[in-house]
Amino acid sequence: MKYVLMFTARPDLLASVDPARTEEIYARVYQWFGDNAAHLADSGAELHPVTTATTVKSGDDGPVVVDGPFNEAKEVIGGFSVLDVADMDAAIAIAKTWPQLELPGIAIEIRPMVEDYSQFE
Amino acid sequence: MSTADPDGLLARTLREESGLLVARLSRRFGDFDLAEEAVQTAVVEALTSWRRDGAPDRPGAWLQVAAERNALDAVRRGSRQRALAERAPPPEEPRDGTDERLPLLFACCHPALAPEARLALTLRAVVGLTTPQIARAFLVNETALAQRIVRAKRKIVTAGISLTVPPPDQLAERLGDVLRVVYVMFNEGFVSSTGPSQDRDLAADAVWLAGVVATSLPQEAEAWGLAALLTLQHARAGARFDAQGRLVLLRDQDRTAWDPTALAAGEDLLERAATLRSPGRYQLQAAIAACHASAATWAETDWLQIVTLYDLLLAHDPSPVVRLNRAVARAQLGPEQAALALGEVDELADELASYHLFHATRGQLLTELGRSDEADAAHRTALGLTTNDAERRLLLTRLHRHPLEDGS
Repeated sequence: MKYVLMFTARPDLLASVDPARTEEIYARVYQWFGDNAAHLADSGAELHPVTTATTVKSGDDGPVVVDGPFNEAKEVIGGFSVLDVADMDAAIAIAKTWPQLELPGIAIEIRPMVEDYSQFE
Repeated sequence: MSTADPDGLLARTLREESGLLVARLSRRFGDFDLAEEAVQTAVVEALTSWRRDGAPDRPGAWLQVAAERNALDAVRRGSRQRALAERAPPPEEPRDGTDERLPLLFACCHPALAPEARLALTLRAVVGLTTPQIARAFLVNETALAQRIVRAKRKIVTAGISLTVPPPDQLAERLGDVLRVVYVMFNEGFVSSTGPSQDRDLAADAVWLAGVVATSLPQEAEAWGLAALLTLQHARAGARFDAQGRLVLLRDQDRTAWDPTALAAGEDLLERAATLRSPGRYQLQAAIAACHASAATWAETDWLQIVTLYDLLLAHDPSPVVRLNRAVARAQLGPEQAALALGEVDELADELASYHLFHATRGQLLTELGRSDEADAAHRTALGLTTNDAERRLLLTRLHRHPLEDGS
């Protein structure tokens, strides 16, 4: 099954973390991608900071373009990966090893991808 | 087939068969949602038909035929099911000696499911209760409960939560989730009155399920510990309510009404757990229950031993409720200790302000220390917080009893 892992962070909480520690953990993020290469599809991405986000919203007079992310939450999406593994337990097991989970305010949302469109027939 | 207790027989048959059928049909069709729905429908059909015509000679076979027919009907109806059935992996036989219900139970208690959905789903899929029975047991709205169950089942299928027993490195954590659900199931059943209005005894179902888990995972000390704890607690069920349906506390119970066979079975289970040399919260709670079981009276109870067991339990579970219970035991060691125990209870005031048993316990201690005005105030607060009828009646009795008449 395929799952999207959405990596989210709280920039306000990360601001108080020692930069050396952030750096050290970031190095292990590369290692994590190497270790899990067999389960990762190519389509993942790391995103530039949320300050660069632009949102296109529906409006009464057609689409509206605004500065900023799609919601006002403190959590921001930092990137995503696509996993191809046997089941949810395998996805959870890999997500649990994400090095940044040692830092405060980090969360990974796991969402199954729609693969079988016959369910909508 | 015996007709002495048709509802009891019906309940036991459904409990024994329905979880196994859900497990087998899930494997066969590769779709847990379809399998569970087919078995649930068969259970509802059985309840109607068996009550009307009496149970068939082979109730298990009857249920299996009905569930299979429902599953095949559903497959014929939906292309989605057909697609799932076609891409389903070949049926996987469970590991040797493992109960077929165990993978199902781990899926129903999966941490990716909402905590409030786990118990409801377990009761339906593993224990064979119907949605109306569960709604009645928890006094919740049936429609809302049904939606919660549907959401959880869909998530199991859509999010790829597999019906498997976790590998050894994840077993301890996941087993903790399973045991917690069984423990809550027991408490829900144990707190509510087991009067004739209820057609399923949740506490008895939980004792049974704890036994299934322990037998299937014989190396897991806490699984045996939970089975021991629930068996020992349930052995006292006959003494927990008086003829008027009022709750009777441990100190006032008629100990001759305890079930000696069940108590002995509970002690055997605890010994079995102890041989694995891996103590935990359920084993320690069972050891405390065993201390009560072996005491002839409340006064002759080995309170020092019980306080010691609570100290050990605090290392595994430092929750305020455990500290409250420890204080109750300590208060039995004499007037000086009772005053100190009250001090410990008062320290929990912030954390347990909304817990009715905190105020009820405090009221009891104040009564014992002769501070009846404060005791009444505490009992009144407790009364305002409990939702259980039997507990309300007990608290009212305490409020209206003159302190001097208190025989404890």
